[in-house]
Amino acid sequence: MKFTHIDGKNKGEIMLYALSTCVWCKKTKRLLRELGIAYDYVFVDLLDDDEKENAKKELERWNPCGSFPTIVVNDKESIVGYDVQKIKELINNE
Amino acid sequence: MNDALQYQKQIESQYEKLKKEAEAAGYRLNPDIEFTRELVDGLLTNEKRYGYWACPCRLADGVERNDRDIICPCDYRDADLTEHGACYCGLYVSQVVIHEKISAGSIPERRPPKEKRDKIGEKPATSLNSSLDYPV
Repeated sequence: MKFTHIDGKNKGEIMLYALSTCVWCKKTKRLLRELGIAYDYVFVDLLDDDEKENAKKELERWNPCGSFPTIVVNDKESIVGYDVQKIKELINNE
Repeated sequence: MNDALQYQKQIESQYEKLKKEAEAAGYRLNPDIEFTRELVDGLLTNEKRYGYWACPCRLADGVERNDRDIICPCDYRDADLTEHGACYCGLYVSQVVIHEKISAGSIPERRPPKEKRDKIGEKPATSLNSSLDYPV
């Protein structure tokens, strides 16, 4: 599965599962950019069928609803939805 | 006219049409026009991709019968408007959000996971909404 890396301050491994058409995903990307955080994202809707199935399985480990956006931090915890407060807390705590 | 400009005009025209239809049916679109235009862009993208208006904030299956409940307006809109003041993607908002000028936020997913949807089978999800107070 190909994630795209965005440069910024290293606050741990931040993986964003997103959809290219989703406005909340766009807002999440904008917030991470404004915070200047390094992260990796994947647009699951643009993956080919096999990769999409893998991405869904991986995402559902963290978020059984399989909803977007979902951020997985350091393979330990997740933030579901565009939750500004949680994203900022995460960045401050890491 | 270049393609990008033509597409912007298509978004604008679809937005106006959707707004008119929503208001005629007693619903309100999100007053954040830029946000709403981005959603219309997502809906038009999904129309090209799948042939129907799959919710832009959910992962569509691409097979219409599996996506029926998330074709805009989705089956969960009225319940989400009642409980959260906005639908899942934020295209529709409640009168309270409009009158009190509240910014509609990201809300939890109401759609059951696929395993549960498969168990529910062909029962139409709209029957769940029959007692709700929308349109308003």
